[in-house]
Amino acid sequence: MKITSEEVDYVAVLGRLTLEPEEKIKYQSQLDDILKYMEMLSEVDTDDVEPMAGPVELYTPLREDEVKPSLQVDEALANAPEREGSSFKVPKVIE
Amino acid sequence: MSELYELTAWELAGLLKEKKVGSVEITNAVLKRIEEVEDRVNAYVTVTPDSALEQAREADRRLAAGEAGPLTGIPIAVKDNMCFKGRKTTCGSRILANFVPPYDAAVVELLRKEGMVILGSANMDEFAMGSSTETSHWGPTHNPWNLEATPGGSSGGSAAAVAACEAIVALGSDTGGSIRLPASYCGVTGMKPTYGAVSRYGLVAYASSLDQIGPFGRDAKDLALLLNVICGHDPRDSTSVPREVPDFTTFLDKPVKGMTLGMPKEFFSKLDNPDVERCIGEAKSVMESMGISFVELSLPHLDYGIAAYYIIAPSEASSNLARYDGVKYGHRAEGFTSMIDMYCKTRAEGFGPEVKRRIMLGTYALSSGYYDAYYLKAAKVRSLITQDFRKAFETCDAVFCPTSPTPPFKIGEKIDDPIQMYLTDVFTIPVNMAGLPGIALPGGLSADGLPVGFQLIAPHFEEARLVQLAAAFQRETDHHLKRPPL
Amino acid sequence: MEYEPVIGLEVHAQLLTDSKAFCSCTTRFGAEPNANTCPICLGMPGVLPVLNRKALEFTVRMALACNCTINEMSRFARKNYYYPDLPKNYQISQYELPVATGGWVEIETSDGPKRIALTRIHMEEDAGKLIHDDQRPVSYVDLNRTGVPLIEIVSEPEITSPEEAAAYLRALRSMLVYLRICDGNMEEGSFRCDANVSLRPKGSTGLGVKTELKNMNSFRFVQKGLQYEIDRQNTALENGERIVQETRLFNSSTGVTASMRSKEQAHDYRYFPDPDLLPLRVAPELVEQIRGELPELPAEKRERFVRDLGIPGYDAGVLTADRDLAAYFEGTVELFPNPKAVSNWIMTEMMRKLKGEENGIAECPVSPQQLADLLKLIDDGTISGKMAKTVFEEMFATGQGPDVIIKEKGLVQVSDAGELLSIVNEILDKNPGEVSKYLGGKTQLMGFFVGQIMKATKGKANPAMVNQLLAEELKKRG
Ligand SMILES: [Mg+2]
Ligand SMILES: [Zn+2]
Repeated sequence: MKITSEEVDYVAVLGRLTLEPEEKIKYQSQLDDILKYMEMLSEVDTDDVEPMAGPVELYTPLREDEVKPSLQVDEALANAPEREGSSFKVPKVIE
Repeated sequence: MSELYELTAWELAGLLKEKKVGSVEITNAVLKRIEEVEDRVNAYVTVTPDSALEQAREADRRLAAGEAGPLTGIPIAVKDNMCFKGRKTTCGSRILANFVPPYDAAVVELLRKEGMVILGSANMDEFAMGSSTETSHWGPTHNPWNLEATPGGSSGGSAAAVAACEAIVALGSDTGGSIRLPASYCGVTGMKPTYGAVSRYGLVAYASSLDQIGPFGRDAKDLALLLNVICGHDPRDSTSVPREVPDFTTFLDKPVKGMTLGMPKEFFSKLDNPDVERCIGEAKSVMESMGISFVELSLPHLDYGIAAYYIIAPSEASSNLARYDGVKYGHRAEGFTSMIDMYCKTRAEGFGPEVKRRIMLGTYALSSGYYDAYYLKAAKVRSLITQDFRKAFETCDAVFCPTSPTPPFKIGEKIDDPIQMYLTDVFTIPVNMAGLPGIALPGGLSADGLPVGFQLIAPHFEEARLVQLAAAFQRETDHHLKRPPL
Repeated sequence: MEYEPVIGLEVHAQLLTDSKAFCSCTTRFGAEPNANTCPICLGMPGVLPVLNRKALEFTVRMALACNCTINEMSRFARKNYYYPDLPKNYQISQYELPVATGGWVEIETSDGPKRIALTRIHMEEDAGKLIHDDQRPVSYVDLNRTGVPLIEIVSEPEITSPEEAAAYLRALRSMLVYLRICDGNMEEGSFRCDANVSLRPKGSTGLGVKTELKNMNSFRFVQKGLQYEIDRQNTALENGERIVQETRLFNSSTGVTASMRSKEQAHDYRYFPDPDLLPLRVAPELVEQIRGELPELPAEKRERFVRDLGIPGYDAGVLTADRDLAAYFEGTVELFPNPKAVSNWIMTEMMRKLKGEENGIAECPVSPQQLADLLKLIDDGTISGKMAKTVFEEMFATGQGPDVIIKEKGLVQVSDAGELLSIVNEILDKNPGEVSKYLGGKTQLMGFFVGQIMKATKGKANPAMVNQLLAEELKKRG
């Protein structure tokens, strides 16, 4: 196995996904197949090859520091599953 | 005389200019067609007849007032991952099932500006993750040529809508083949423009460094007209490239005699499907008869395209899709015990299996200890693939290859075998990796009557060359005129 | 065994741009929750970031002021973690290639000046705010602050005491304020500090296991928090326990730091280059332009005041801590070229009056011109130093110039020899007994005579002349 069931659990937590036990088993074997397929990459000699983050070979453009109108509060919250007043409402976050 | 909905955009545009017909009439014809076939095809997530007719009336007013553009009044379907102010945009996902954006995607603005008639949003694989439009929360789209077959994906709804005459033209997005594969499977013409040619502002992201919006149409001329509408620089998209956009229609009649097409042996060596081999062979000989010559080339790193893609795309996706957490918009689970529990349940309920699979894969590839072995390695292989194409274009004007190893496959055939599904995109993925423009056009029918397409790939920002080649090919062939027996 | 603390600081400073880092929403404080948000800073599906030019220029300003190397090419990266105040659930930050690396900040310590080396300065976006309901198990999310541009200034672990940490923070803060790129308000969170603290055997060079301290939102709390953490680790090590690498929260009401495990579970940020932004280029021309526009910084100014104006080090420190105060001082010195006199007056009278005013010198109704005029009047003997204090009170209260006030109150000093002479004799005649006692050697009675004369002149008599005349007249009577 290229990916252990502990790693599946760890990745599920990092990705904030609840997995049913049978899902875990399915994903572990599928991810394992995929990762095995990817082993072919090790054949490629990539010493002194620059990694490519994207196809555009330019520098990031800069925006002038000008304020433009924001949304109306009700537009901003229109899709909120839960709101209170003009805030999004979530389960208590304990620090 | 064929029905209005069967005509191309440029034919309809002609009729509109000559006042032989109005946009309302055309729109009604297409809406009627949708009523007839949609329950079999399921090309749309949402159809909005009222707003369509409203836009049609406005188009007729503009036409009467002589304020019309070339595509004013032409009905179009837009993939469900482009934001529509005030209208449900779901990305084919339960997690966005009720999401109503407060803003328009850049391309939607451009369509409105042109006065095109937006019919509704086209079905797609959830978050554009798939090659068959089976992973949609709204059910699979069926291939108009054979309802048991998939239309390809992820823009299957857009391709099927155009093929089934439920729209005249359509917009899709292409991250690893999501325009070109369905175009081939549905027997229509589709193009993925150069990365940076069309604004991604308002396109719900799957893999940001690979996603690109592009047009579907019944022929190269419709594509040229639609490209004229959607291409161009947008300061709201930092990856949008500022440059002069040509009038693509001026390339439709340019001669192609003397051009050279390259055939990557890494691709052709993989061909083992008789239908595909036959159609590709026929297309080649037609083009040879047009004075186009062919050279075999080697792009050694194409073989690693899929492996690298399925690291890079899921990595970016795992981050892009983190925002769907039940806090600001979209689905929120019930009966959670804490913040983190709310996150996990919401996402478990809101995402389908393929999306979860890719989130897991990408999260793993970026997680500490694996970044170098996976993401970084893939990003380097991506450079090599790009260099391969750069070299190839020193000896040819465009690359010629199949779009898919096989004709359309059956719904359900690959859904439980991720790797087989992923391999469907073996010929299209390297084009996204390098950010190149690619066009897929009809190349005939398989033994059992399903469309088979082929692909042409050009250097960066040479969309016009693809239009030129495709138009020339379609002057010599009638594959693109065939309509599915619906 | 004896241990010594090793402290590294991560400072987050909010930049004073008008609009946010990657969208055009205002950065203004105090609006209704979520009133300053748009699809971009709400992290809606499909939105894309575009970098604010000012945010970059401000970052370069600070980097140059800290002697950093500006990297011509840098890169934005995504820091992935789930938190409800972070709408995209990733923060656009910089990781492998920050805007600036290296550099240092000089601070004053008990044993002279010391250079604290910097690791890096990078740009990132701020998160929103969470308000916790104290009755019900819910929190409220306000995303107005989301996307406000921040710079993160990371020091090398070279700070060896809470006092040094505070000195370093004060130095950073006054630089940021001098550069007009951050208001430096710790309470409101526009200037925040996290600390990495570890202990090591005194004299050794390695680094021990560190803990990260958060939530110290004043200079005092930074010192308290660090001191507590150092003591805590010390006792732990003394008792043979080992330190756990963790994030600890400082509680300002109890003065104690406590572990915050809730955030511990996922410390895997999965940084990778943000594909929505291209590499960032800072053109050398831009760097030179910004370098050319840099103001004189507190440290240099302080030195110059000591060197060229002969101001004592401490006073120079106070005068230069605030860019406006320093400007006020120099403005006054230009009009009244006696730096020491000006400095003394500002350090005593002015400071006393300004104590109340939070906006400091900006609030001061007395212009440098008016202060200079007052000091001239003392200098040429028109009024006594004592009178001047009264006049200054009045100036501060009314904003009027000294001459106006002196006329109104008739405060002009009597320096007319003839007039004073007659008064002197009048007093001496009135008090023959004291005069003979004085002549009999009871010279301390001089004060008595002066007092009487001041009383007779309502304090307006020129003290110097009074003393001189008295001496002469008494001699005559001897
Ligand atoms: Mg930070
Ligand atoms: Zn905003």
